Amino acid sequence: MNEATRMPKAALDNLIAILGREGYRVMGPVARDGTVAFDEIRSAADLPVGIRDAQEAGRYRLAPGIDGEIFGVVNGAGSLKPHFFAPAEPLLEIRRERRGFKANEIASAAPPHAFIGVRACDLAALAIQDRIFLHDRFRDAHYELRRKDAFFVAVDCTRSAPTCFCVSMKTGPRATAGFDLALTELPGGFVARPGSPAGEAMIVKLGLSAAGGADEAAARALIDECARGMGRRMDTADLPRLLYDEAENPRWREVAARCLSCANCTMVCPTCFCHTVIDQTEIDGNMSRRVRKWDSCFSLEHAHIHGINLRPKIHDRYRQWLTHKLASWIDQFGSSGCVGCGRCITWCPAGIDLTEEVAAIRASAGKG
Amino acid sequence: MKPRVAVFKFASCDGCQLQFLNAGDELLKLAGQADIVYFPEARGRALAGPYDLAFVEGSVTTPADARRIIEVREESRYLVTIGACAAAGGIQALRNWADIEQYRRAVYPSPEFISTLSTSTPISEHVRVDFEIWGCPIDKTQLLAVTRSLLFGAQPVLPGHSVCIECKRSGNACVIVTRGEPCLGPVTRAGCGALCPAMNRGCYGCFGPADAHNMESFAALLADQGVRGDDAMRRLRGINGYVRPWRESADALAAKK
Repeated sequence: MNEATRMPKAALDNLIAILGREGYRVMGPVARDGTVAFDEIRSAADLPVGIRDAQEAGRYRLAPGIDGEIFGVVNGAGSLKPHFFAPAEPLLEIRRERRGFKANEIASAAPPHAFIGVRACDLAALAIQDRIFLHDRFRDAHYELRRKDAFFVAVDCTRSAPTCFCVSMKTGPRATAGFDLALTELPGGFVARPGSPAGEAMIVKLGLSAAGGADEAAARALIDECARGMGRRMDTADLPRLLYDEAENPRWREVAARCLSCANCTMVCPTCFCHTVIDQTEIDGNMSRRVRKWDSCFSLEHAHIHGINLRPKIHDRYRQWLTHKLASWIDQFGSSGCVGCGRCITWCPAGIDLTEEVAAIRASAGKG
Repeated sequence: MKPRVAVFKFASCDGCQLQFLNAGDELLKLAGQADIVYFPEARGRALAGPYDLAFVEGSVTTPADARRIIEVREESRYLVTIGACAAAGGIQALRNWADIEQYRRAVYPSPEFISTLSTSTPISEHVRVDFEIWGCPIDKTQLLAVTRSLLFGAQPVLPGHSVCIECKRSGNACVIVTRGEPCLGPVTRAGCGALCPAMNRGCYGCFGPADAHNMESFAALLADQGVRGDDAMRRLRGINGYVRPWRESADALAAKK
């Protein structure tokens, strides 16, 4: 089922049209306000064609790229996360009755979504979120509804942002799992390969024929070159132990001096799943709506329990975030919580770089 | 008997009280839950205390108001301040860094009739405050949520986290990262729904300091963005300029130049 096919660039419109006819809401990276985010698209012309992103710690710009290049933008602040784990979602409606009250679950309703242009790191992140929201019998109905019928068209990365380190986290740059169809963009067209029966069927519907060996080799070469040119790296060797042992490393306080505690890193992280649940009560007191909203371990109230706050200082919270993401996440869910997408680096207003922090802690380990 | 609710005005523009009137149908429902016995902005009837729930708008800027707020406190079971003036002293707290005599002579033809204090101070500097609703103006939904909680006798809860969280929930592009725009969002309390960043502008800090903030790092960020000296100081010394973390940060910037 891994047979590579050749897909002309013009066939992308056909793919979008077929998905639309099959009832999918088709989503792709759309440029808006100086970045890209997944939004509804009607044709390939809605994608950021001929545009590339320039990313650095605390800085993101879109700029003209290469004519005709469709997937030149590596990523923006928006991952798949908001489309499955909603930023704000009503869960329950509780109504006062003559005696007592009645709680009704609010069901989500949305057409299935098809995502075009998903990167390997974001597919890896979605698999991590699956382990959180669809774990055994603890299944989140809202997440599951959106998740089960989604269709994914991955795009292998043939260039990385300077903030990327998927190679270190073993999630990219080539998509290996979690997609229906994967594309590698070459100057003259795509090499497309299926990742599921639905993807195989789509290749038939698109009438694609087998790719030549030269196209496959060219695709491989571009992906390999991207892997070699990865902007950042993180040494993950023995990571849980390193961070546990270095809980008192002075570096935590140094980074806390720069950390704004604004929570942007956790908001853009494609795996961060912390949330809060609030009750919104009508003024007459007869109806209350229970809403789940994204929250962050960087907010003070998140660590507030009866009578005390567990993480009152910024260094407590930064350490909590990084240690959970890279260490205790492994104990908890069996994998790292980081996929190397680099968003937390780019979208930190203070430009804090977790790869730099881990390296500094490693370099000073045992000396504290 | 329904709880007795009062709305008082001190030095302010009335914009926060107006959020009650802007509540429309919700205000009518509130009138079914509570007896609004003192609210000069809305009605002529003005009954004496005691009050179960008093909302106080505005800051203290005159000797008379400094006495009146003590009376309000004595008459009220719960005292909730509404808005930046009441919580931080408001934009009129700019006088706290200026010469009030000079202002009085410059503004009024007969300054001898003006009885005023040399400072504009938040309500909490004068009396115990049970809860503060921040904002310039306050958010109607927050106002109603706090009112509902207190009518139930429950502790009101409002978010104290940064505007950034609201911004990201809304899917806004960060104006700091994409455009280098100065934005107070990282150090400002949420509540407005990230109104300005949604319009591609930096946050002005209308809701005051977030409960977790790092002013030193934020001042360094402004400097990195090329916002220096007076300009950086003025951004902090605005609507909520007299509130402690912003006051100290702005004073430090002023001292540095």
